[in-house]
Amino acid sequence: MLPRILATCAYLLAAVLFILSLRGLSSQATARRGNQYGVAGMALAILVTVTGVALDPNPLLLGAIVLGGIVGALMAARVGMTQMPEMVALLHSFVGLAAVLVGYAVQLHAAEGSSIERVEIYIDVLIGALTFTGSVLAFLKLRGTVSGKPLLLPGRHLLNLGLLSLSVAAGALYVTQGELLALIVGTGLAGILGVHLVAAIGGADMPVVVSMLNSYSGWTAAAAGFMLGNDLLIVTGALVGSSGAILSYIMCRAMNRSIWNVIFGGFGAEPVKVAAGAGPAGEVVDIDHRELAAELRRAKRVIVVPGYGMAVARAQHAVRELTEILRGFGVQVRFAIHPVAGRLPGHMNVLLAEASVPYDIVLEMDEINDDFPITDVVIVIGANDIVNPGAQDDASSPIYGMPVLEVWKSKTVVVNKRGRATGYAGVDNPLFYKPNTRMLFGDARDAVEKVVAALRTS
Amino acid sequence: MKLGIVKEIRADERRVAAAPHTVSRLVKAGWEVLVEAGAGAEASYRDSDYVAAGAAIVPHAADVWAQADVIAKIRPPTAGDSSGGGEVDLLREGQTLISFIFPAQNPGLVDRLATRKAHVVAIDCIPRISRAQKVDALSSMANIAGYRAVVEAATRFGSFFTGQITAAGKVPPAKVLVIGAGVAGLAAVAAAKGLGAIVRAFDVRPAVAEQVQSLGAEFLTVHVKESGEGHGGYAKEMSQEFIDAEMALFRAQAKEVNIVITTALIPGRPAPKLWLEDMVKSMKPGSVVVDLAAENGGNCELTRPGEIVIQDGVTIIGYTDMASRMSNVASDLFGTNLWHLLDEMGGAAGFKIDLDNDIVRGALVLEHGEKRWPPPPPKKVEPEVKESREGLIPARGDATGPVAKVEPARSPSKTHGPPAAEAPSQLGGQILAALFVLLCAGFLGLRYGMTDLALGTEVVEFLQHFTVFVLAVFVGWQVIWNVSPALHTPLMSVTNAISGIIVVGGILKGGGHLAVGSGVAIAATLFATINIVGGFWVTRRMLAMFRR
Repeated sequence: MLPRILATCAYLLAAVLFILSLRGLSSQATARRGNQYGVAGMALAILVTVTGVALDPNPLLLGAIVLGGIVGALMAARVGMTQMPEMVALLHSFVGLAAVLVGYAVQLHAAEGSSIERVEIYIDVLIGALTFTGSVLAFLKLRGTVSGKPLLLPGRHLLNLGLLSLSVAAGALYVTQGELLALIVGTGLAGILGVHLVAAIGGADMPVVVSMLNSYSGWTAAAAGFMLGNDLLIVTGALVGSSGAILSYIMCRAMNRSIWNVIFGGFGAEPVKVAAGAGPAGEVVDIDHRELAAELRRAKRVIVVPGYGMAVARAQHAVRELTEILRGFGVQVRFAIHPVAGRLPGHMNVLLAEASVPYDIVLEMDEINDDFPITDVVIVIGANDIVNPGAQDDASSPIYGMPVLEVWKSKTVVVNKRGRATGYAGVDNPLFYKPNTRMLFGDARDAVEKVVAALRTS
Repeated sequence: MKLGIVKEIRADERRVAAAPHTVSRLVKAGWEVLVEAGAGAEASYRDSDYVAAGAAIVPHAADVWAQADVIAKIRPPTAGDSSGGGEVDLLREGQTLISFIFPAQNPGLVDRLATRKAHVVAIDCIPRISRAQKVDALSSMANIAGYRAVVEAATRFGSFFTGQITAAGKVPPAKVLVIGAGVAGLAAVAAAKGLGAIVRAFDVRPAVAEQVQSLGAEFLTVHVKESGEGHGGYAKEMSQEFIDAEMALFRAQAKEVNIVITTALIPGRPAPKLWLEDMVKSMKPGSVVVDLAAENGGNCELTRPGEIVIQDGVTIIGYTDMASRMSNVASDLFGTNLWHLLDEMGGAAGFKIDLDNDIVRGALVLEHGEKRWPPPPPKKVEPEVKESREGLIPARGDATGPVAKVEPARSPSKTHGPPAAEAPSQLGGQILAALFVLLCAGFLGLRYGMTDLALGTEVVEFLQHFTVFVLAVFVGWQVIWNVSPALHTPLMSVTNAISGIIVVGGILKGGGHLAVGSGVAIAATLFATINIVGGFWVTRRMLAMFRR
């Protein structure tokens, strides 16, 4: 056994490596090194724990590590970039599950713990269970197995409150009496709460949900750290927890919503049919791929606005091809990324990077929003709510006040949409009826590929 | 002061040095303007128009030369033969002549003029500085020539410029290549684009790429690092390597394009041969080459100055009088340049040869018959970004701009702007305050409420951990705000992997003898490991894709 001091030092080093890892992510240039720091920190932590701190590691434990490594590697190697949101949600659920299991293990090992220890166990299990069930449901929703429509039970706030107070009561019972059954009941209640919280959140808010769950998974780890008296877990959990919290905060601000609004859900569920009768006046004008190709050939400045539709149709490679051709013609092509485009923070960046779009032409909303008036053609691919002018000028719109990309200020906007339905948020989009808007209906990949072909033959 | 406008003598010259419009301005400014009878006839300006503008019509050229203090014309004065009879011999001592002279190409003429002991101002030698743009007749004429080149090409080209889809079938758009994107080249680009053609332009100066693109044309370039930026906004001669690459590009283009307009000139030298015979041969029959450099020998090997050559079905237009073919507008623009030059020279009241005025000094060829050309080098080189008269054609590249394609240089890794940076600090403050209150309450509660000593040590231990926790939250908070938004997905997967640190808990409790507890811990270890490996691996995959 290594001396305990040495182990503590190694943990400290691992914690520093994790901090360096997150710091590395501040720019693309250092991000890869950041990831390596993370791997190094983790390897160090596991190694020291296995060899130094734990009781004799039995073969089954080592087997679990190896097996877990293999499964994780296979999952990571196979997942497509468009499925990244699901992958992330699934991984969150594993953290939650592991936390619950560790909590139970601690309880089973030390039958006679102090009440503070039991408080820690209970909190760990509670957050873990909530993270687990919430993440699983988020995973299913993102995958499309479960509908993205928010589930709104009557009196859902009361229900949440009830679940919370019940689990507090169960917790009190467990802490004072050490009753295992109370812990199990608490776990179940937290699980239901997790499901209910995520179920009430609409599909358009998925980026917030995923980052919230990210945050929860961090707090879970921190809670486990308290439970085990392990500072490394506490530090790491705190890092991850604050990271997720910041991401949620950024996402919420991008949608002009308070975090509570999202947590307790229900957005996109209010009867949104403002547009039924008094819908935006005007006609939707179609454009076909040949006309769009001609339009692009004439343009000097083009901005592409990708949304979740691009991810669904896996159109990013076609979009990259389009970009290359246009840049070859000397057209300036840039990408405008709304903070909540896609189902995950930074989702569009990852997809475009996958398709080898140079990252210096991919700009954020704040960087590019002023440039739309001098842009000839804006191509909106599979995005809807993030380019909705109603967010600025229609106080009755449910997304009123949300910062949006002001695409309608350009000379021509071409919106690619699969069909004539409303966006994920269920809000009608007056953009489609603007006189300088043309609609390119059809599957995003198909449509872009046709435009590419038309450009090649011109 | 008397200003004399004479009729041009050269056969293909239809322009006149001032339109009635200019004359009326001059008259208002105090000039007495003498116009030779019929001077503007070929440019569609009648004598009566000049009279209406305030000029006096003088029947014979000799009388104009005899009476005027300043003579303005377009073409250089004819030298006549040894027995005299040329315009040169009409020039009087002390008189001022303003016209195109081209002293570098016409040293003999300059010598003849010197014998007349007059002042000669060459309007083609106006220095190419921003202030002199209004005087720059070469640019205004080149602008016209560029436009006319397209019109001439169009009349010889047997199809539309713009692509059309008609009931009778589809017509592809014409493809036009403009070589040399100076004033004339850019005018040609704009005109051809206006007719609907697909336009490409080539120039050795990368700085003009933006100007070409701003007109909607494609800028062709060769991948040899060399700027052709020469003195005064002109091009210089290029290295052999560059020329080879250039020729390869032209050969490829020759097979594709329908119309080639060449405008390449290097000052003081014959025009470079850029469009060789084999390129002409490989062009489609019916194609047209317009050589605007014909007067200086031509950019095309087959050009015959002043003529049209048809070789292998390709028409090669070598007109040297493009501007003269639009004599009406050309005279108008020349007149405006003249007006500004006269203004620079002091106007009617204070007319003089001012050697301190760099425009006048640059254009002055002879002062009292004494040679003043070439002028001393300019004091400093001004950046030369030109707007044409119409404000449409940016002419002559920006001499200082070294980069061709300029994407707005923006940092992709820009962190959050001021509003974002403010928010966390505010929020951080709130959290800090909340924690402080919490800690105080906790401390007071423990200090006075707890009597059980064993529990007390546990609480102290908890508080130690809590300290670590709070500090870590702050570190995380600070570090994460610096993460580039483009990397938010990798951030999530990395934090995800890191939160798999819970594996430590699993390992701690999973060792020793197998029991229910350690079994559960082993399961926890399994899931946490999946998370760790999966998270890091997927992050690696994602980050590997980010490239500039």
